[in-house]
Amino acid sequence: MGGKAVGLMGHWLELQELALTENEVRIVRDVNLKVSRGSTAILGPNGAGKSTLLRLMHGLLRPSAGRVVWPQALAQAMVFQRPVMLRATALANIEYGLRLRGHPATEQRQRALAALARVGLPELAHRQARRCSGGEQQRIALARAWALEPQVLFLDEPTASLDPASSREVERIIREIAAAGTRIVMTTHNLGQARRLAEEVIYLDGGRVLEQTAAGDFFAQPQTLAARDFIREEVG
Amino acid sequence: MYELSASLALAGDLIAAGDARLAGIVLLSLKVSLGATLVSCVLGMPLGALLAVGRFAGRRSLIVLFNGLMGLPPVVVGLLVYLLLSRAGPLGQFGLLFTPTAMVVAQIVLITPIIAALTRQVIEDEWREFREQLRSLGASRVRAARTLLWNGRFSLTTSALAGFGRAIAEVGAVMIVGGNIDGVTRVMTTTIALETSKGDLPLALALGAILIGVVLAINALAYAFRQWAERRWG
Repeated sequence: MGGKAVGLMGHWLELQELALTENEVRIVRDVNLKVSRGSTAILGPNGAGKSTLLRLMHGLLRPSAGRVVWPQALAQAMVFQRPVMLRATALANIEYGLRLRGHPATEQRQRALAALARVGLPELAHRQARRCSGGEQQRIALARAWALEPQVLFLDEPTASLDPASSREVERIIREIAAAGTRIVMTTHNLGQARRLAEEVIYLDGGRVLEQTAAGDFFAQPQTLAARDFIREEVG
Repeated sequence: MYELSASLALAGDLIAAGDARLAGIVLLSLKVSLGATLVSCVLGMPLGALLAVGRFAGRRSLIVLFNGLMGLPPVVVGLLVYLLLSRAGPLGQFGLLFTPTAMVVAQIVLITPIIAALTRQVIEDEWREFREQLRSLGASRVRAARTLLWNGRFSLTTSALAGFGRAIAEVGAVMIVGGNIDGVTRVMTTTIALETSKGDLPLALALGAILIGVVLAINALAYAFRQWAERRWG
């Protein structure tokens, strides 16, 4: 197996000896893993380092040690727990991302409108984004990411601050994005969500990866005691 | 006490009559200070935004410097600009001393640090909120500064107003570089100082009332605009 070969079986992201230390607190450490699946959920208790790991993968944080290796350059996008909207219309917010990537103006408009339609909010195009509800804003944020047609989409607790109806809608959108071929990596502490969306689970505790297994196996038979306790507590 | 009420009455008459000399002074004040505010916004706001989002050597020192320059004494600014513009000075050839332009220049020097420092604070708050999202979308720091200036446009009206308030109210700088020449460089504050020392209190009082009125009116307008904008844009 040559390192360059990225086929169906190959990994598309590798973390080598990754660590992040801030003010002498080791937030993430000794992380060695390869991501090869289409959808991965990073699970773990609060403060486990899930969001930090995601930001390290996306390049928003620089590791204190180790490397993030992309065998092949992939277009990335990220959706955050709290959607951040510019003081402009929903459409303008989506177009802004496209403009930064250098898409021509006419194409920006078409793509942005299409993305809004895909998240089920075509009627909000000319509404002020910050006047929309939290659930709508998160869907606009998904449209903004989706319009960029990323090959990898990172999602940080995408439904943590949403009501159940909005969460279901957001999950539907994530499933559609994944179905269209975009690789998904998401953090969540919602086990049901991980079960519904992820093929693979990375279980993180104390900044360390304790397990990386197929989602079905993880929920049926977690390998570590910590993961077992975590599942019992979250379900119970 | 009698003198005060009599002066106030005379001041009221002057304003009501729309005295031409009075109007000329008020108009020049507004022109000079609004002009200086405009130029200072163009210079100070991008500077403040870059100080907020930038990462370069000397950034911290610049922030401290600008915060310190917010308290520049107007007379000292007047003196420095006087030296620059005087016949023998490096910019003497333009013959700007004792013209309204010189007054605008002095006020620009005075309030650009204020506008830059206040803009930095606004944009720093915005940057905290938008930083990860903008970086994720691939915005450079310069691009982020531009985006956040536009995004923070309503909060920035306050920075502009603080600069304008300082400019229209100061005496020292415009007095020195303008020379307080009747009909040419005489503005509200310099007239108040002069007329008070001459003992012509009605004109000084009338101008004082107008000065306060102008400042209040502009602040009220800006406040109303900001309220409206925030309801509209969220």
